[in-house]
Amino acid sequence: MAEIQEKGGDSGKGGKKRAKRSSTKIDMTPLVDLAALLITFFMLTTTFNKPQTMEINMPVKDVDPAEQIALKASNAMTIILGEDDNLYYYFGLVEDNPELVESSYAADGIRKVLVSPRVKSNDKMTVLVKAMEKARYKNMVDILDELKITDTKKFALVEISDDDKKLVTDQIGN
Amino acid sequence: MPKVKVKRKNPSLDMTPMVDLFFLLVTFFMLTATARPDEAVVVDTPSSVSEIKIPDTNVITITVDKDNRVFFGVDGQQTKEALLDKIAGKYGIGFTAEEKKTFSLLSNFGVPVSQLKSFLAMESSARKEVNQPGIPIDSTHNELGDWVLQTRLTNPQVVIAIKGDQDVDYETIQRVIDILQERKVNRFNLITDMENKPQNL
Repeated sequence: MAEIQEKGGDSGKGGKKRAKRSSTKIDMTPLVDLAALLITFFMLTTTFNKPQTMEINMPVKDVDPAEQIALKASNAMTIILGEDDNLYYYFGLVEDNPELVESSYAADGIRKVLVSPRVKSNDKMTVLVKAMEKARYKNMVDILDELKITDTKKFALVEISDDDKKLVTDQIGN
Repeated sequence: MPKVKVKRKNPSLDMTPMVDLFFLLVTFFMLTATARPDEAVVVDTPSSVSEIKIPDTNVITITVDKDNRVFFGVDGQQTKEALLDKIAGKYGIGFTAEEKKTFSLLSNFGVPVSQLKSFLAMESSARKEVNQPGIPIDSTHNELGDWVLQTRLTNPQVVIAIKGDQDVDYETIQRVIDILQERKVNRFNLITDMENKPQNL
C-alpha cells in the first residue's frame, strides 16, 4: 500500500510538523465477508421452496348406471387400504368371494404385484383403490405413487363397499 | 553489472469489484425472494415421486390438518375481496371495508362464516393464537363447497390443490373430494413432498 515515507526523524532544526496523511484505502475484507454471508442466506432460503403436486382426475360421478359397462372379473384388481397401514389386494370381483392377500407398501410388497405379468400383460386390467375410513391420507398418496411408479394407467379411487369390508373381516379378522 | 532487483509484489489486492459483484447478487436474491406466507396450520405432507410443480398463481389450497380440520386459502387480493363480497351476499353478513382488507391479506383461514366477522376483527397476533375450528364440511353446513364454488365464479382459471397431513383419516379427504365432485371439479392436485424415484423395478 502506498505509504508515505517520512523524512528522517528529527534532523534539521525544528522542521515543520506535517499532518500525517492517512491512506485512502480501506480494508474491504469484512465487507466481503458480510456480503457472502447474506448471499448464502438468501440462496438457501429462496430456492427449493416450491412443493410438488400430484395430479389426479376423478371420473365424472353422475353417469347413468345403465350406460356404464360392468367390469369383467378377469380384468379387475382391488387394493384395499386398511387401518394401521395394512394393505390387502384381491383379483376379481367381490361377489365371487376372492382370496384376499395381505401385502405392504414396501418396495417388495404391492409393487411386485403391480409389475407382475398378471397385471402388466393385461391391457384391460383396472386397479380399483378402496380406502377404509380409518386409513391414513399418506396410504392413499403412497398407493397412487406406486401406481405411477409401476406405470399402471387404468386405476380408479372407489369408495369402499360393505361387501369389501366384510371380506376383510372374514378373511383377515380384526 | 548491477544486480537485478526482484520486484516485490504487494500481497493485498483490490477487493472493490468483488464487493460490487457480491452486493449485486445480494440485491438479486433479496428481490426475487418471496416471503413465505404464514399459514394457519403446519401440515406434514406425504411424499411422492411426482415432479409436477404447483402453479404460482390462481390456486385454491384446501389444507387438512391432522385433527381433520379444513382450512381454505386462495391467492390474489382482488379475488379474495370479490369472494368475500359474494359470500357476504349469500350468507347475509355485511363486512366493512377494513374487514375486507384484512381478509384479502390472509393466506388461509379455518373458521365458519358465522365466526368470520369476529375472526377478522382480531389483532393479527391474536389471530395466530386462536384455535380455529375448521370450515364445516358436513352435508348440512357445507361451507367449503360454497367457498370453492364462489371462488370459481370469481376466478374461473383457478386450480384446486389439496394439502393434507399424512395422518389425516381418509374419510375426511374422501369428504373433501366428494364436495369438489358435487361442484363438478373432477381434476385437482394433491400437494406432496419430494421423494426419489426408485430405479430398480
